[in-house]
Amino acid sequence: MTPLLDVENLRVTFSAGRENALPWSPQRVVKAVNGVSFTLRPGETLGIVGESGCGKSTLARALIQMVEAEGSVTFDGTTDLLSLSPKRMQPYRSQIQMIFQDPLASLNPRMTVGEIIAEPLKTHQPHLSAAEVKARVRAMMERVSLLPNQINRYPHEFSGGQCQRIGIARALIVEPKLLICDEPVSALDVSIQAQVVNLLKDIQQEMGLSMIFIAHDLSVVQHISDRVMVLYLGKVMEIANRAALYSAPRHPYTKALISAVPIPDPAIERAKKHMLLEGDLPSPLNPPSGCVFRTRCPIAQDACAQSAPALASAENDADHFTACHFPG
Amino acid sequence: MLTDTGKIEEMATRMAEQDVRGRSPWADARRRFLRNKAAMTALVVLVLVALFAAFGAQFTSFNNEDIDFMVIGQVAELGYPSLASGHYFGTDDLGRDLYARTVQGTQISLMVGILGAGVAVVVGTLYGAISGYVGGALDNFMMRIVDVLMAIPYMFVLIIMLTAFGRSISLLFIGIGLLSWLDMSRIVRGQTLSLKHKEFIEAARASGVSSAKIILRHIVPNLLGVVVVYATLLIPSMIMAESFISFLGLGVQEPDTSWGALISEGARTMKFGTLWQLAFPLFFFVVTIFAFYFVGDGLRDALDPKDR
Repeated sequence: MTPLLDVENLRVTFSAGRENALPWSPQRVVKAVNGVSFTLRPGETLGIVGESGCGKSTLARALIQMVEAEGSVTFDGTTDLLSLSPKRMQPYRSQIQMIFQDPLASLNPRMTVGEIIAEPLKTHQPHLSAAEVKARVRAMMERVSLLPNQINRYPHEFSGGQCQRIGIARALIVEPKLLICDEPVSALDVSIQAQVVNLLKDIQQEMGLSMIFIAHDLSVVQHISDRVMVLYLGKVMEIANRAALYSAPRHPYTKALISAVPIPDPAIERAKKHMLLEGDLPSPLNPPSGCVFRTRCPIAQDACAQSAPALASAENDADHFTACHFPG
Repeated sequence: MLTDTGKIEEMATRMAEQDVRGRSPWADARRRFLRNKAAMTALVVLVLVALFAAFGAQFTSFNNEDIDFMVIGQVAELGYPSLASGHYFGTDDLGRDLYARTVQGTQISLMVGILGAGVAVVVGTLYGAISGYVGGALDNFMMRIVDVLMAIPYMFVLIIMLTAFGRSISLLFIGIGLLSWLDMSRIVRGQTLSLKHKEFIEAARASGVSSAKIILRHIVPNLLGVVVVYATLLIPSMIMAESFISFLGLGVQEPDTSWGALISEGARTMKFGTLWQLAFPLFFFVVTIFAFYFVGDGLRDALDPKDR
């Protein structure tokens, strides 16, 4: 089966100006995403986790040309999205839609809900009549459990969870093949998170969508993903099927992340052995040599500073890739 | 059973089918503005001044050019304001009816203010929004043009233009229109820069909405609050600029007049005991400018409740 998305060696760099104002001082460059490769099969959900500043959101934006990137992003086995001009990219924009983190901020406060949801439809299918657009908006609102008679209301009249459903309706109205969710639930409280995640899951099955689900909450990712990718400082640390990653993580960073997930049972939680990472994320302006994780890694050795480990599959699981010299 | 369930259900379905009307941010602002007493009073005053300019001429038999030969030469004794003589505001130094002249001066002054603000709103908003949204080299280029135009001492240039090409109201309009949008474009650009990275703009970009549509549909409506407030504060400053030029004796041409020209004449003849020649135009000038400031203030409170 051809993958829906085949990402090869994706790199995003931002210029951070010169070290000082002298014209011959070196340019500083932030490598926000540094050589990420993965594939996404049709109908599959890929969870992307990592701490703040590891390049999750930048990666998502690079896929749809919202930031400039190098490498290749092959869509549907045929087209490299990164090589397309904005004009030729246009038809693909309706096939890849995005959901954003802050539900209220992602809706224009001066537009009614109906106008907001209809906007992608009007952009990509301008031949539709006003009545058809309205009918489809109403159907979509019903699908995401919003009352269709609220079509003339404004975003500030809705709760956070409802706003996120409006955002989902806007993304799905053009029937995309791929939905990129950039931390869609981190701004919501837990009970609403469950509603939104379950809605996404239902819709995905109904429409046969592929999803890229970005989050920093590992339990949410576990609930929704088929496969999970762990990012650290713009690099892939580990990518594996959900079950394998959560039950048998091989990378020390993934182990630390998973041990940090709180268990809602005080007895188990207290007895659990936490694996604390020391220090902070190193500055992406000046990443460590060799393996980027070595400065905080509990099992780092001299070899880790010499060369960066490549992603390699495990012996017993061909889908389980780890970038570590000493995977365990 | 006492209640008719069928009817209740019918009503319930009808209610569910009927579209709820949303309350837009504009409607909210309107409500807040209507509750602001000072601003509403000022708005009423402005409406009255506008009505005075539009229909004031109907209530007098004099016009702004004709000289009343009965009072000429004895303006201080006979030209005082009186209902009996029909000179409600008295006459000016030449015996022309001051009421008719004030009506006409109000027309010119309001027109200058509204035209200046209108140009600022249309040109300044679009210019600033394009510059801010597109960014990069174009932004630099467009803003440097504004800087250059701002660096020109425009009052000075306007005075030279008016002396070189002769006094004319159209030249004054052009001069004021050319310069009024500069500040507006800077303010709008600043606002656009902060709006540009909001997620709803990003969402529109991600789904392939064109830049022109993003500017017109997403950026401009969200800027309008600031623009409206600034425009109401710009009108009085335009009126004052015109008054200043007219006070200097440039600007409007006789027999037409404006508040500035009337105030200038009134100030010149103060010492002859004809204080009404200064008082009436000055009253309209001060009241209108105050009213514009109060309305502007009220609009700011209404459109930006967070900053109160």
